[in-house]
Amino acid sequence: MTRTVLPATQPGPAADLPGRRRPRMRLGRWSAPLGIVGAVVVLLWLVVAVVAPFVVPHDPLAQDLPRLQAPGSGTIFGTDALGRDVFSRVLSGATVTIPLALLLVVMSVLIGAVLGAASGFFGRWVDELVMRVTDLVMAFPTVILAMVIAAALGASLLNAVLAALIVSWPSYARLTRGLVLGLRTSNYVVSVKLLGFSSWRLLLRDIAPNVVGPILVLASLDIGTAILLLSGLSFLGLGAKPPTAEWGSMVSDAVQNFDSWWLGLFPGLAILTIVIAFNFVGDALRDALDPKSVTVRGGGATL
Amino acid sequence: MTRTAGDTGTTAGPRRNMRRGPARVRGTGHPFARYVLRRVVTSLLLLVGVTLVTFVLTNLVPGDPVAASLGQRAAEDPAIVAQFRAEYGLDKPLVVQYVTYLGNLLHGNLGTSTTTHNAVSSDLAAAVPATLEIALGAIVLSVLIGVLFGTLAAYRRGKTTDHVLRVVSLAGLSVPTFWLALVLYYAFYFQLHIAPGSGRLSSDFNVPPTITGLYTVDALLAGQLDTFLDALSHLFLPVLVLTLYTVGLLTRFVRTAVLEILDQDYVRAARAKGLPTRTVVRAYVLRGASVPILTVVGLAFGSLLSGTVLVESVFSWPGIGSYAYQSASHLDLPGVMGVGLVIGATYLLVNLVVDILYGVIDPRVRLA
Repeated sequence: MTRTVLPATQPGPAADLPGRRRPRMRLGRWSAPLGIVGAVVVLLWLVVAVVAPFVVPHDPLAQDLPRLQAPGSGTIFGTDALGRDVFSRVLSGATVTIPLALLLVVMSVLIGAVLGAASGFFGRWVDELVMRVTDLVMAFPTVILAMVIAAALGASLLNAVLAALIVSWPSYARLTRGLVLGLRTSNYVVSVKLLGFSSWRLLLRDIAPNVVGPILVLASLDIGTAILLLSGLSFLGLGAKPPTAEWGSMVSDAVQNFDSWWLGLFPGLAILTIVIAFNFVGDALRDALDPKSVTVRGGGATL
Repeated sequence: MTRTAGDTGTTAGPRRNMRRGPARVRGTGHPFARYVLRRVVTSLLLLVGVTLVTFVLTNLVPGDPVAASLGQRAAEDPAIVAQFRAEYGLDKPLVVQYVTYLGNLLHGNLGTSTTTHNAVSSDLAAAVPATLEIALGAIVLSVLIGVLFGTLAAYRRGKTTDHVLRVVSLAGLSVPTFWLALVLYYAFYFQLHIAPGSGRLSSDFNVPPTITGLYTVDALLAGQLDTFLDALSHLFLPVLVLTLYTVGLLTRFVRTAVLEILDQDYVRAARAKGLPTRTVVRAYVLRGASVPILTVVGLAFGSLLSGTVLVESVFSWPGIGSYAYQSASHLDLPGVMGVGLVIGATYLLVNLVVDILYGVIDPRVRLA
């Protein structure tokens, strides 16, 4: 991990150049502690996501409690307009959202990395095709395109993931392409090629290890974005369908019952804590790997 | 068009030029004019792409438009279905349908909303100024604050200020804006009664005579100071929510850009010869960092447009965001596609302006 990072702006095998310092784990005075705090919170939420179905005090879908009860009287976070326990629903939300967000990021990385690598490695029409498609996707702000696609596919959580996937792979394709393009002409890759090894060996053994670092950083920062995007789509009514205990749709329930502040506050805090935790981790990771390899998602997802 | 920090120059630059040969030999006319022309053509091509995306999504999706528009019983009658398909041109080949669609777009016909039963174009025309008012407010504020924060963080790199700003900007990036909007509305309006209620004006004010569609500007032009102040106070919360996120984005990016410039010899020389920090920042650092900053302003505008979709519905702000929310939640495809089209086109335009400004700021870009 420490060796493999290249600044995204100028791909080149920095580690190979004599006299140039290899990037080391540089832990900033604050970014490391923040990263640790983030990792702990992430871990806590992952545990919640796994155990929530077994430990929640009430069935998150059962409508058997008094309606719109404020927190305190018998329930921790109160009850919603249908008499469901908000605390149980917030915990169950982790089980709904976190696996989907992780799946989304893994899929975007895979699709983006494969297409980006093909684009950078083979060039010509492959490159042209892939890059024009990324241009097209990135011509829209992310949330807007995801919204449009999700609306066209019909409201469901899986369609929301699909829509989010369509808008999120291009940033990985761009990043991978840029890195591969730089590496392809670097001396060590050219020498391996001259030795007569196959393209596949080149890609997998010589190029891939140098591409993994930056992609990991981007992916770690992207998990938060993925959670925001999915919950935002659900907030718009384009993701999870009722009665699913999903954070974004819980917040949108709160819009209808405005004076019951607990309906929206807690699911929102859940989103905020997990997203900020993932971002702390990603930020620390980026600092540790290379302070300069900053990459910002195209289109930017405001959620 | 949209770029990541890593590929500002690398994607389109060297390879394309190699293929086309040196631009100076080939062309006639001013290099800057040619640069602008090339950007405009690229944007137009992407615009066609944008219409293709909305067309494909409206026409090739699993949901059958016939079944959606006709009732269950009518959809079972083959004669009615055939008539419906003929009437809306659904029996023609897709290419013909696309050309018809494009023709309609050129005439400003975006279809009819199935929710409001108005033409989508007139709905959007009414909504755009409302959104523009908060978007402009938010972009101006967040550029000012973001550049300030980013520069400050870079100058105080590793110090407490830097770390605090890091946490602030990460927090800004992590807050779900739709939730923040709700929380602030609840706190400032419902509990503290500081902020005014939802909408663009309080009920005891009349809409100022429409000139620009921006209530604040119109009120000023009409000389109605109290209306202006009321409209301004209604702007406060939505603009604040949108600004917070964008500031997070800008701070991070400006910091990186400024750090890179601070490393340059000419900045070191300027500092070494004892120029006051203020001069160094303004004349050397920000000037040098202006291209990357411009890039992220273009990006931020995209995120802002996305943000309005999620924020407006909370404040009942009658802009394209509320319209998107309303049509999305009713699965009103013409409405949603209209919003997608308008925002996609706006975003392209912003990026085109950004690209042209590159050429203005940095001569290397237009001569390349």
